Amino acid sequence: MATYSTNEFKGGLKIMLDGDPYVIVDNEFVKPGKGQAFNRARVRNLKTGRVIERTFKSGDTVEAADVVDVDLQYLYNDGEYWHFMDQQSYEQLTADATAVGDVAKWLKEEAICQVTLWNGVPLSVSAPIFVIMTIIETDPGLRGDTSGGGGKPATLETGAVVRVPLFVQSGEVIKVDTRTGEYVSRVKE
Amino acid sequence: MPANSSPTGQPGADWATLRLRANLLARIRAFFAQRDVLEVETPALSAAAIPDQNLSSFAVHYTGPGLRYGQTLYLHTSPEFPMKRLLAAGSGCIYQIARVFRDGEAGHRHNPEFTLLEWYRVGFDHHRLMDETVDLVTELLTGRVSLREPERLTYHEIFQRRLGLDPHRAMVPELAAGAKTQNLSIPPGMPVDDPDPWLDLLLTHCIEPELGQGRLTFVYDYPISQAALARVRPGDPPVGERFELYLNGVELANGFHELGDAREQRCRFEAENTARQAAGLPTMPVDEKLLAALETGLPECAGVALGFDRLVMLAAGKTALAEAMAFSFERA
Repeated sequence: MATYSTNEFKGGLKIMLDGDPYVIVDNEFVKPGKGQAFNRARVRNLKTGRVIERTFKSGDTVEAADVVDVDLQYLYNDGEYWHFMDQQSYEQLTADATAVGDVAKWLKEEAICQVTLWNGVPLSVSAPIFVIMTIIETDPGLRGDTSGGGGKPATLETGAVVRVPLFVQSGEVIKVDTRTGEYVSRVKE
Repeated sequence: MPANSSPTGQPGADWATLRLRANLLARIRAFFAQRDVLEVETPALSAAAIPDQNLSSFAVHYTGPGLRYGQTLYLHTSPEFPMKRLLAAGSGCIYQIARVFRDGEAGHRHNPEFTLLEWYRVGFDHHRLMDETVDLVTELLTGRVSLREPERLTYHEIFQRRLGLDPHRAMVPELAAGAKTQNLSIPPGMPVDDPDPWLDLLLTHCIEPELGQGRLTFVYDYPISQAALARVRPGDPPVGERFELYLNGVELANGFHELGDAREQRCRFEAENTARQAAGLPTMPVDEKLLAALETGLPECAGVALGFDRLVMLAAGKTALAEAMAFSFERA
């Protein structure tokens, strides 16, 4: 079992606590004038995203979490699981709804996504920051309007709904920022 | 950690702070010159080291001449022992501005090497020394940090007020329950029979950050298990005549009404070495020269060590030690 000493604590370090994988957000060394020193860490649960505080006696060790981020190609969804492939090894991995979460609506086949693996199993999936998608449905807007003010909802090929300017039409291809879910621009095919 | 985090080689403190640092050093020397306290210098390297299990001395190797196989020497964590030998030899009141070294301590408020202002006053008890500490710190911070009237609280009072606990009598289960009530995360491996780490947990997490807000706050009369090098005043409960100074949540100084009893001092050293062994730490060679000096007689005195870099940090309105020293550990 790999372990880390509190001396190795820093932001980004992945550790196991109560059976769950956590990442250290920040870490503070506290020591009274004379007496026991502590490491006071804020840690984020990689499964739930919740941030909590944990204190350790300085010098103690904590189990390391086998957590790595890998770039995988998204293949398809079989109705229950999302299938990804490692482009180097051609190994296929499946992620469940808990791991994919809200990101599902940004997953377009063949897109490269960052997948966080815990003990080799997908723990969470990050969408690419920008995705290019076709609009499958939106109300016809006014031709002359190029201001972008107001806008209207548009449904994309994955089912995601984003607000687009009135001049954007069904069948057009657009670029979306997945961090905010906002329309960025039209893309010429 | 020192590896290349500052490839530019630039100092971590700005010039105004470094000038303030020099100015404060000059004013400290003027303060003690005016009060006839003698500036001294003592060795940073010693064959003996403090056995306190919460202090870790850097061990270095001396190769000679004079010794065939060389010798392990320790960098001092404070100049306390040789300064007490000077006192026993008749120095009268003395002070020292010393660079000291502590392994395993690095963070916003800690640097493995730092500057201690340590001084001893013959004939003072810890309360009189607190008075003088107020005089010095107030003089140094005037115009930089606004200070209300200083206050003095016993260790018992700070626990009673904030947590409703009696730190002298509470056993582990009660302290653990107190920590739970405060929603503290309990570190794994806390001892079931030793209350001190629990007191330290509650102190550092719940009490210290609130101490000394806009004023100099002294905490005094510690549990005897935390007396360190202070004398114990008999009573119910007996207390260690030790004090700590806080300003704006930062621990600035630690002082003692100094223990002069050589036999008692030897017992504490031995108990500390036993505790080190139990904790799997190397034992430290006891300072026999200090004990011999105590045998000849330490004058009645009180002494205090003040973290100079933290004082500079507060005076300059900074929040991290690295902004108060030219090159902190990460840049060294």
